[in-house]
Amino acid sequence: MQKKQKNSSRRDFLKKIPVVAAGTVAMASCSPEEWDDFLQQSFRTLSKEEKDAIIKNLEKKYTEKYGKPFTVSAEPATEGILFGYALDLSRCVGCRRCVYACVDENNQSRDPQVHWIQVLQMDKIKGIDLAHADVHYNPETVPEEGHFYMPVACQQCRNPQCTTVCPTKATYQDEDGIVVVDYDWCIGCRYCMAACPYGARHFNWGEPSIPEEDVNPATHYLGNRPRPKGVVEKCTFCIQRVRKGKYPACVEICPTGSRKFGNLLDPNSEIRYILENKRVLVFKEELNTQPKFYYFFGV
Amino acid sequence: MMKKCKRKPLLIAFLHFSTVLLLLYGCNSNATHESDFMSPNIARGGYTQQGDMAIAAPPFNEEGIFPCSDCHAEEVTNPQRRKLVDMHEDISEMFDHDSENRWCLDCHNADDRDYLRLASGKLLSFKESQKLCGQCHGDKYRDWKVGVHGKRTGDWNGKKQYLLCVHCHNPHSPHFKPIKPMPPPVRQKDIY
Ligand code: HEC
Ligand code: HEC
Ligand code: HEC
Ligand code: HEC
Repeated sequence: MQKKQKNSSRRDFLKKIPVVAAGTVAMASCSPEEWDDFLQQSFRTLSKEEKDAIIKNLEKKYTEKYGKPFTVSAEPATEGILFGYALDLSRCVGCRRCVYACVDENNQSRDPQVHWIQVLQMDKIKGIDLAHADVHYNPETVPEEGHFYMPVACQQCRNPQCTTVCPTKATYQDEDGIVVVDYDWCIGCRYCMAACPYGARHFNWGEPSIPEEDVNPATHYLGNRPRPKGVVEKCTFCIQRVRKGKYPACVEICPTGSRKFGNLLDPNSEIRYILENKRVLVFKEELNTQPKFYYFFGV
Repeated sequence: MMKKCKRKPLLIAFLHFSTVLLLLYGCNSNATHESDFMSPNIARGGYTQQGDMAIAAPPFNEEGIFPCSDCHAEEVTNPQRRKLVDMHEDISEMFDHDSENRWCLDCHNADDRDYLRLASGKLLSFKESQKLCGQCHGDKYRDWKVGVHGKRTGDWNGKKQYLLCVHCHNPHSPHFKPIKPMPPPVRQKDIY
């Protein structure tokens, strides 16, 4: 209940607002400082002690709920690291192993079903053409003749629209380039979902459910910790893994080796090799979102 | 949780003036999947250190087949291209690797069958078969070494493990084999 005390100032602030009716007007009448204060005491501005207390609380809560010891990491970004991802369109066979490895690693709700990765099947002759993309393909085996596959998750934009529209600044781009969501600050307004041109944000319409035995207890505060109903979630490059030096789960599972990951600032990384030596594209380049997720042709 | 209860109604009201476009990918129910799935290509036989690379052990099942010299030390080598009938019928059957122009002994060493052999005459153990492939697929081999073709697991900024080419490509029929896809996402239903 640490949190409760923390937020007393915010609550005072709330009292000042002449209740709902004309929220817009009320907000406009606040001084910028108050507004800032209201918005920005999110996780990233908390002190170390405050964070520790929150984390301990969460670990206790999850441990009780799921009946196994949980860790909730608050591992921050490391200087000199900007994460980037590349996916080889000439290799991916559309097997969806990544989709489910992601669900397992990141504690996505099984029912209602949440998938952070959508695999689009498209026609080779049409090229990348969303009008003719199919996510429900289900043949005996893949790849299917004449098709290629384009898995889409959060494109980790340098110029993200989702964070710009977030009224509580619950979602933001961290220093290592990962766009994260602070679920405790997300109010579920879903502006970010409307703003995202990639359909990469997912809303928990129902109470997320994960069988106890399948819950992954190694979590990060800004990533795969269990979410409450009514918040938005998305791919974080497996923040709980990559900030510890591991590859994301989708990279590890991919049987074709289509998925590549690394530090864009390291000239010796595989990701830089790809950018410098392969034909590379970004999805919906014309929107100037500047993804750090690249598609390439390894052939 | 308290703070959320306080701020949610307010902000939701505040935001109510515009209707949000949503339902891009709202999701729903009754998902099942094989959660015990293991990638078919993950190495189970451990790794060998080659220079600064940790490379997965060869995937083939050695039982009754390795060391090859158990039989081939006795067996007279027949360099003739032919259909094999007394042994390795399966390999002979599937052989589809530039098979017009190639034969087993372009890759397998005739005199000591426990080794592969480069065109130069250099012998290779099965643990380093990637170098054999690299002899004809230099571009892929280069990409493989830097982690761009094929697959590395482990630490993106530290120790990595490599899969051999033959974990993904059967050397006798190297076209990447089709696999069964995991289930598609459940179809979107009306959410409210
Ligand atoms: C159980 C005995 C046995 C073992 C073990 C064995 N082989 Fe053979 N191998 C044979 C026989 C018998 C033939 C001849 C088949 C025929 O002519 O139809 C043969 C033929 C071959 C040939 C065709 C060229 C030739 O010499 O006739 C190659 C290449 C070959 N084996 C490779 C291997 C390799 C590589 C291994 C180990 C990974 C191996 N064999 C293990 C029995 C064996
Ligand atoms: C392009 C090179 C190449 C050619 C051509 C080739 N092999 Fe192989 N073969 C390999 C490699 C590499 C391995 C090791 C595979 C592994 O590590 O799993 C191997 C493995 C084997 C094995 C042991 C594993 C198994 O699958 O049973 C046998 C037996 C074998 N080869 C026989 C043959 C025969 C017989 C032929 C001709 C019909 C042949 N090979 C042609 C490269 C080749
Ligand atoms: C002696 C030269 C030679 C060696 C050694 C060799 N290859 Fe090949 N490989 C070829 C040629 C030539 C082709 C093209 C054949 C064709 O199109 O039918 C080919 C085709 C392939 C293909 C494409 C198959 C397809 O249909 O998509 C793959 C994959 C492949 N090789 C993998 C390997 C691997 C793995 C090794 C090592 C075990 C290897 N090759 C060793 C000559 C070689
Ligand atoms: C993690 C699995 C994996 C490993 C390891 C791997 N490949 Fe591949 N390779 C693929 C896939 C997937 C394709 C695309 C197949 C397709 O289009 O059906 C491919 C395609 C190829 C092709 C066909 C040409 C092309 O560009 O499509 C060649 C040749 C090839 N690989 C050689 C190699 C060699 C040589 C190595 C080792 C140095 C290697 N591969 C390691 C998965 C792998």
